[in-house]
Amino acid sequence: MSYEYLKFGKEEKDFIAKIEEISGQNIYSCYQCGKCSAGCVFSDKMDRTVSQLIHLIQIGQKEKVLKSNTHWVCSSCLTCSVRCPRDIDVAALMEAVREYCLREDYEKIIISEISKEALDKLPNIALVSNFRKKTG
Amino acid sequence: MKIGVYVCECGSNIASTVDVEDLVEQAKEFPYVEVSRVYKYVCSDPGQVLIKQDIEEKQLDRIVVAACSPRMHEPTFRAVLEDMGLNPYVLEIVNIREQVSWVHDDKSKGTAKAASLLKGAVLRASLMHPLERKKVGVTHNALVIGGGIAGIQASLDLADMGFDTTLVEKSATIGGKMSQLDKTFPTLDCSQCILSPKMVDVNRHPNIDLLALSEVVEVDGYVGNFKVKIKKNPSYVLADKCTLCDDCVPVCPVIEHDEYNQGFSPRRAIYIPYPQAVPASYLIDPNSCLGIDPLICSKCKDVCGPEAIDFDMKPEIIEKEVGAIIVATGYEPYPIENIGEYGYGTIPDVISGLDFERIVSASGPTDGTIRRPSDGKIPKTVVFVHCAGSRDPSKHLPYCSKVCCMYATKHALQYKHLVHDGTAINFFIDIRTAGKDYEEFYQRAAEEDQVIYIRGKVSEVFQDGDKILVKGADTLTGETVELHADLVVLATGLMPSAGTKEIASLLNLSVGMNGFIREAHPKLKPVDTAISGVFVAGTATGPKDIPDAVSSASGAASRAAGILAQDELEIEGTVAQVDEDLCRGCGLCAEACPYSAIEINAINKYGHALRVAFVNEALCKGCGSCAAACLNGAINQLGYTDSQILALIGALGEE
Repeated sequence: MSYEYLKFGKEEKDFIAKIEEISGQNIYSCYQCGKCSAGCVFSDKMDRTVSQLIHLIQIGQKEKVLKSNTHWVCSSCLTCSVRCPRDIDVAALMEAVREYCLREDYEKIIISEISKEALDKLPNIALVSNFRKKTG
Repeated sequence: MKIGVYVCECGSNIASTVDVEDLVEQAKEFPYVEVSRVYKYVCSDPGQVLIKQDIEEKQLDRIVVAACSPRMHEPTFRAVLEDMGLNPYVLEIVNIREQVSWVHDDKSKGTAKAASLLKGAVLRASLMHPLERKKVGVTHNALVIGGGIAGIQASLDLADMGFDTTLVEKSATIGGKMSQLDKTFPTLDCSQCILSPKMVDVNRHPNIDLLALSEVVEVDGYVGNFKVKIKKNPSYVLADKCTLCDDCVPVCPVIEHDEYNQGFSPRRAIYIPYPQAVPASYLIDPNSCLGIDPLICSKCKDVCGPEAIDFDMKPEIIEKEVGAIIVATGYEPYPIENIGEYGYGTIPDVISGLDFERIVSASGPTDGTIRRPSDGKIPKTVVFVHCAGSRDPSKHLPYCSKVCCMYATKHALQYKHLVHDGTAINFFIDIRTAGKDYEEFYQRAAEEDQVIYIRGKVSEVFQDGDKILVKGADTLTGETVELHADLVVLATGLMPSAGTKEIASLLNLSVGMNGFIREAHPKLKPVDTAISGVFVAGTATGPKDIPDAVSSASGAASRAAGILAQDELEIEGTVAQVDEDLCRGCGLCAEACPYSAIEINAINKYGHALRVAFVNEALCKGCGSCAAACLNGAINQLGYTDSQILALIGALGEE
């Protein structure tokens, strides 16, 4: 396994600050207990669990956060936010990551270019997310 | 002879595995048994009343209780016998709970085992004799060994209670490791600011005799009556003449590493450890001074106005008599150069926790600006490695050192307070913040000061240009990580100090696997040791933070005062007794005795000088090792004589 190189430069710090600004949450309040991931009904559909995504934000791993599907799978059911022992609005953090992606034009999806086959297979929630991507 | 037998059900603890009714019926057939009863809780007040009534009505003179371990309720039932005018040693307790019901499932086998144990106990009881408790006088003075925060607190507590206390400290000043710390968690108050008032109190307390630069070299005697020899090493400066003018220091040609600043700053061969040192006096380091022997330099002496320097000062032996001893010999940091992969000692910017304390301290070598040792630059990225030495049973310390999570968090927080744009990264295995306001402190470090926590251990560090490449793991993402740091701080574990090991062996104290002094009971007697009259405070028993060290010291002081406040002490009657006619003076018993209670003395008997064993009853714990070792059968363990034990074994051997 190759070593992931950790940096805490301006780019990383700006990214963390932006996520905190959009969500209104202190990302370092999270002590990684994993209760959000444990209660998330979509955890098995996510390539990283919710708490892993939060941890990646804490250590400034912007690329990995944006590439992850976690925040797009999130349906904002708010279970995590209600249960968080540190009183973090986790769903707001997921929303903030989505916002950040949209503002950065990251992975923009053109709905009209999705094949009909894919459209049939995609769950409604994914389509809703895709509309978000388009409108952003 | 009339024996009363009482079988306890202990709720269902015993009754579920032993047929107690059957046991009581069987006991009625045993020799001398006058009465045999079962009761739900014999230790309860009604249970005790039951025994008392029988003693009065049936004139019982031996009592056998079949219940739990004698460690639990022997004192309870001995008091019952004493209340009724019987000797407390004509009591026998059979442990049918821990040794029968709790370890067996089969009720019939359990009952049979309980019956044979009970029969043995009845036969043994029939051979018991009343024993006498002797009394010894008490010296109302105390000795405290070690002048760190625990020793300071114990001395102050004892002195405040009115006991004359001798505080012996090996180094030139009291204060211990706490004096080197910059701030203390979780309140971040300055360590010296809360410590130095206590040090001053020690110095001016009329009941405390402070002996710095001194070591305990010999301890004789027993609880209430210890005789101690203390070697006071020379400081070569007369404290009563020295005016602390500092004129001697600039003229001294010798430059040494300053121990107080972890070697990061220089000192001369004549020096004062630090400005707040107690006793406040300069001293000469005899290992580096050019002048002591042979006298080739006397520059300090030449400039000393009050003529306080005396190169001819010699060590002196001071003798003290004390009633109780408190061992507060403390810890020392684990030698982290043993962890080769962390590069301590080879990479200059890899430092220990205590090194960081000095670097961050306003009284330290960098005047409170955080600078790294190699080039004096202010580090922008600092990695704190938790468990450096701790929780590593394969190569280093097997245990958790308890304070490192908190002090590494404190270091990270202090760093962020001083270097606002810096990054502090903690690599941890688990965060252990068990203590009042500790968890809040940790959360504050993360939440308010953006201290980054990565769960995973650092595998190794390398020098890479002027940076340090840190290779670690992030077990929360399952990835291996690496980063460049400017400074690496190893959260060094704690181990018993050399002094703790020396004093433990001098006083015959038992030590655990890791070298820390073993308590008499880890939960219920945490400041007592196996030796009566010797107590232990602070980190000599294991890693402790400051509040725990201070409370254990106050605990030890109050336990010691329990002895010192008495005029005489009662000694257990179950001691070894030597038959001088059978003893041949071979000394096997003295070797077998773990408490140094036996001496071989010459006595004049039948017109000849004979060597016989002599038992010091105040030291004897009644363990029986000597009786077992004696080849002539000349030693009887009172309360456990050979005839009693043989009767017991006889009953156990019956089908």
